[in-house]
Amino acid sequence: MVNPRTLYEKIWDAHVVERRPDGTCLIYIDRHLVHEVTSPQAFEGLRMAGRPVRRPDLTLAVPDHNLPTTPRRDAQGNRIPIADPESAQQLAALERNAPEFGVRLIGDADREQGIVHVVGPEQGFTLPGTTLVCGDSHTSSHGALGALAFGIGTSEVEHVLATQTLLLKQSKTMEVVVEGELGFGVTPKDVALAICGRIGTAGGTGYVMEYRGSVFRDMSIEGRLTVANMSIEAGARSGLFAPDEKTFAYLKDRPMAPKGADWDAAVAYWKTLATDEGAQFDKTVVIDAADIVPNVTWGTSPEDVVPVTGVVPDPESFADASKRAAAQKSLDYMGLTAGQRMEDVTVEHIFIGSCTNSRIEDLRAAAALLKGRHIAERIKQALVVPGSGLVKQQAEAEGLDRVFTEAGFEWREPGCSACLGMNPDKVPAGERCASTSNRNFMGRQGPGSRTHLVSPEMAAAAAITGHLTDVRELLKEKQGEVVA
Amino acid sequence: MDKLNIVEGRAYPFGMKNVDTDIVIPAHWLKTISRAGLGKGAFEVLRKEPGNVFDDPEYAGSPILIAGDNFGCGSSREHAAWALADLGIKVVIAPSFSDIFSGNAFKNGILTVVLPQEAIDRLMEVAKTDPIHVDLEHQTVTTQFQDRFQFEIDPFRKHCLLGGLDEIGLTLGQADTISQFEAKDAGARPWLVPAVA
Repeated sequence: MVNPRTLYEKIWDAHVVERRPDGTCLIYIDRHLVHEVTSPQAFEGLRMAGRPVRRPDLTLAVPDHNLPTTPRRDAQGNRIPIADPESAQQLAALERNAPEFGVRLIGDADREQGIVHVVGPEQGFTLPGTTLVCGDSHTSSHGALGALAFGIGTSEVEHVLATQTLLLKQSKTMEVVVEGELGFGVTPKDVALAICGRIGTAGGTGYVMEYRGSVFRDMSIEGRLTVANMSIEAGARSGLFAPDEKTFAYLKDRPMAPKGADWDAAVAYWKTLATDEGAQFDKTVVIDAADIVPNVTWGTSPEDVVPVTGVVPDPESFADASKRAAAQKSLDYMGLTAGQRMEDVTVEHIFIGSCTNSRIEDLRAAAALLKGRHIAERIKQALVVPGSGLVKQQAEAEGLDRVFTEAGFEWREPGCSACLGMNPDKVPAGERCASTSNRNFMGRQGPGSRTHLVSPEMAAAAAITGHLTDVRELLKEKQGEVVA
Repeated sequence: MDKLNIVEGRAYPFGMKNVDTDIVIPAHWLKTISRAGLGKGAFEVLRKEPGNVFDDPEYAGSPILIAGDNFGCGSSREHAAWALADLGIKVVIAPSFSDIFSGNAFKNGILTVVLPQEAIDRLMEVAKTDPIHVDLEHQTVTTQFQDRFQFEIDPFRKHCLLGGLDEIGLTLGQADTISQFEAKDAGARPWLVPAVA
């Protein structure tokens, strides 16, 4: 009998090509997602060294970061030029590199195009028990399906392209256990923010997380993708969920998922992956579901989390001097004062999208709240950006696009959009955005932009009122309307 | 990759905690398709503040950066390492680093040195007036004032940095081992290939 192992240890062991005396392992990579921002220098490196891509059949390229979310083709089907010449150049580089190296490219105007971390699961490219990498830190998302997935830098992208392997040291393991039931109006995003708030942005550094407990077992795949996505905001390169019946149901018949006898063999294997009874984690974090409420961020780090019903903390309340200084710097940047009620913070921008919250369930949840309502007068721009063309298509089939546009939102083409200042969707300096994205760093949504991270429901609520708002109040009103 | 062993010179006494890679290099600089020239965008937001260490002539061209806890957190952008390299930084010393950043730094010939906060506090003091000496071979950081701090480093990383070795070239030397793994795995998990038809 082998020693009991965690899910992470099982995936790791199955991918060791070679173990070196110092413990470093050459790890095989089953799946590689490539996008336009972190790959040009990697392809350039291969070209200069005369090296091919070892396994183009395990590699998938999708542009997402730079693409404007306005229409990409005119009525005749011709490309509408990208105004920013550097963005156009990066897209052109990917469109040149992918065919040159035999890599399949989902093009900017293909129906399947979207944010890599939405496309991978949606296509069934992401599978349980695989190792999956991408030159993007939010690759942790794919852990929702039980893939050991993590972000890498461009030199590692080149290494994987050339060798289909990476040299890695095994990480420590951390279980994050949330038992109980989530309260009314509490979403997977609130759980993710609660974890960041609890352990801090460095809390998971050096660890692979596994999400365990009834809250995660009961969570939909979309919700798990939101939680796994934000593992990196708590410092962990990867966050895993044990594959279960929900995972299998989600993947079955996806275009790139196994079929027929292969499918049956795969499911049988995937069922063996869950952490064994008695397996040890290096660290355990336990959070009571009943303690999690709708959350917002007040500062410039994803660990700066407070309940929406709370107040801006006083920098003096932090124990160590450097934290006090950091908090004061954050408040100055955010234009907030200690003691201010979060619900009194007004916003000018709303962003529903990003690899954290742009899937169909996110759009449904926001639309349910917006139906029959309109955004507040003070909102200058409210964007809703589906995570992929297929999410967009599904949402349109359900009439969600009309709910959003009637409420005053702009309904856009899929991409990373206002999550990061790389494409035309930006928040102007000094203005404030309630955003469903994952990072509230200084300047993240554009130079001088001020970001409050929230769930899709909370973003919709802020859109309606023009200030950060406890979504539970609006949900109660909504329930009242239904009853009446 | 250039070999790295002894680095001696002035150091930026930066010290800020939780510096994310958006601060090291903002997203609008990521549109380049080259590795060079990103030093201009390094710490762009902080450099708008008067009196910042990066524009202080006292520290111009310093090969060492002293930072706070959790340096390089956030985005995986290797541009952060390229920007530091372009600034001429060869060593970053901090109490801790994000995993992705330290990997990226290493692959670009930048040494990340982890030292306890007390050592960082002391080096921040020294850096304001005097140079700092880093010796990779002996894994020490020293000053002319008898300070001597020993640091740990992964032996493989040390070997590559000292020799200026190309990791991809090293791994390609094991192509046969990789092929054997692929053949074995194709039998064990046949549903994995091909991923994209």
